[in-house]
Amino acid sequence: MWDNVSILIDAPIFLVDLLVNGILIGAIFVLAAYGMALVWGVMNIINVAQGEYVMMGGFVTLLVVKAGLHPLLGIPIAAGVLFITGWVLYRIILYRVVDRDIFISLLATFGISILLAQLFNQLFGADVQTIDAGLGTWYFMDGVVTVAVTKVIAFSLALGLGLGLWFFLKRSRIGQAIRATAQNARAARILGIDTHRVYAITYGLNAALCGAAGSLVVMAWAIHPYMGLPYTIRSFMVVIVAGLGNLPGVVLAGLGLGASENLAGFILGTEFQIAFVFILMIVVLIWRNRSLKRQRRYLK
Amino acid sequence: MNNRYYYLLLLFVSLAAPFVLPDYRTQLALLWVMVIFALTWDVMGGQMGYNSFGNILFFGVGMYACAVIQRDSGLSYFPALLLGIAAGGVIALLLALLIGNGLLGLRGHYFAIGTLGLGVAAGEIAGGWDYIGAGSGMTPPLFPTELTVRDTFFYYLFFIWALLTFFSLHWLYQGRFGLALNAIRDNEDKAEAMGLHTTRYKVAAWSVAALFLGVTGGAMGNLIGFIDPKEVAFAGSTYGVWMILMAIAGGKGTLWGPVIGAVVFHITQEIFWTLLLGWQRVALGALIIVIVLFFPQGIMGWVRQQFPRRIDSDQLTSDQLTSDQITSEQIASKQRIPDNPRQTHHQRKNKQSHPL
Repeated sequence: MWDNVSILIDAPIFLVDLLVNGILIGAIFVLAAYGMALVWGVMNIINVAQGEYVMMGGFVTLLVVKAGLHPLLGIPIAAGVLFITGWVLYRIILYRVVDRDIFISLLATFGISILLAQLFNQLFGADVQTIDAGLGTWYFMDGVVTVAVTKVIAFSLALGLGLGLWFFLKRSRIGQAIRATAQNARAARILGIDTHRVYAITYGLNAALCGAAGSLVVMAWAIHPYMGLPYTIRSFMVVIVAGLGNLPGVVLAGLGLGASENLAGFILGTEFQIAFVFILMIVVLIWRNRSLKRQRRYLK
Repeated sequence: MNNRYYYLLLLFVSLAAPFVLPDYRTQLALLWVMVIFALTWDVMGGQMGYNSFGNILFFGVGMYACAVIQRDSGLSYFPALLLGIAAGGVIALLLALLIGNGLLGLRGHYFAIGTLGLGVAAGEIAGGWDYIGAGSGMTPPLFPTELTVRDTFFYYLFFIWALLTFFSLHWLYQGRFGLALNAIRDNEDKAEAMGLHTTRYKVAAWSVAALFLGVTGGAMGNLIGFIDPKEVAFAGSTYGVWMILMAIAGGKGTLWGPVIGAVVFHITQEIFWTLLLGWQRVALGALIIVIVLFFPQGIMGWVRQQFPRRIDSDQLTSDQLTSDQITSEQIASKQRIPDNPRQTHHQRKNKQSHPL
């Protein structure tokens, strides 16, 4: 561990490489965290199955590539397939829990998460899979800093989609309905908004964002059926740090998480990278709660 | 008084079980492990309303602590096992005390997700730590005699431990401790305003669960014979989920509910899940969804809805579904608390404001 730290001190250029790549990876976390913030804010559900939608997006892209199409086409296709999946899951399962105790919805989405992870394990096997998008790599500073083009695409796409989502929520008719439902579902229902339709669209939109994130993950990194939970925890953590309803904050927190995680993975060794994410989440939770405790409040 | 005969019958059946069904001794021993899982989860989840997704942490910590002591102490099998099991319990207890204060300040879903992360993080750390075998796991020393004796030994060990867990919790729930836990579940802010040291009670409840789970983990490592960090010790996707599911299916917030849930779940699992050929875990996910959506009150809750008269008054306080009504009624009838002065004030006010 200390050897790795001294490498960084001796050659700070590695630090630049780690941070740049971490920030670019962080953009993928931002995408999934957008979705979680949306569902949490509008439906008051913490979606534990978030990471599984990322995983599904990855596998859809894998199928698209196997069918002979270009990997970048996988992004819209994965988003579309996942939108339908989210919609259907809402219509079958989640509409029953949306008004109920938060523990019920937590456990129900936890059940969905286990179901999807095990289903994909049965269908595709537990192997780690990846796609070479064939987009090449950029080299800076005599080849020490390497940046894969897919990561740059992921980064710009995440920011673009975030901006698009913001405009969609502000300007479009259904976006206004979503915001109205988030503010007061009962009043929205009285004013003639079909809140179940709004919820279904919100949940589908969340799944679509995760699907796009997943198809970027399979190009920039790798996927396997059990990778879901870390993504759920990451997006949860990003939303907690940013605060609900703070989209610029989500971007910053996501990018920061990506950078710190990449750095920790290098210093502690990659086998502890996931553990770092989970421990960091607990530390963040306790820290947020401690700071509220002085005012006799707690995280709600 | 009839209850005594039921208890004796149960005791007799449990004592005779390994000789009646000699081929299923391991499964029968696991049955008691499941009972302990569900009972200890219910201390937090049912009685106190803190739904922990990471209690498996203490199970794994106890398992590893026991295995390390068996490896390094240099004692012969049984003294090392005894020492290891005790150390597993104590270390799990200390861990709960250590992290309890920070983590139990979290409420509701934050606590749930925090503990979920804790369980997974423990598995990841154990999988990368060379001292305890990293990803390849650990193998506890072999039981000195033949296998059937080993299974019988562990059957009775787990049986006695499950009995101890059950009666300790029975004793705890009857007194002030149980009432404090239920008060925290019903309204934590009010409980605190009434002068309960809620944090102390919460940490104590978690430590109780940790102690029983740690000991179970220590012995379980020896029964299974191989400790894998993610599949056995910190098996969040099997044991970790099962304990929640069993407690809910049986009826959380009751003493017998988790026991019934564990027995029903374990038997169903052993009979049907071999038929599913690898699809068991998919079925587990579906089962969670179905139970949570359509059967959240559990078997005990259902029985109480069907036969409301059968409830004796002592158990009413631990009823989770109608706790608010019943406890207030019960308190009013038992302790003769005078009517709430505020309420009468309101009524008076209402009378004045509506003179007609």
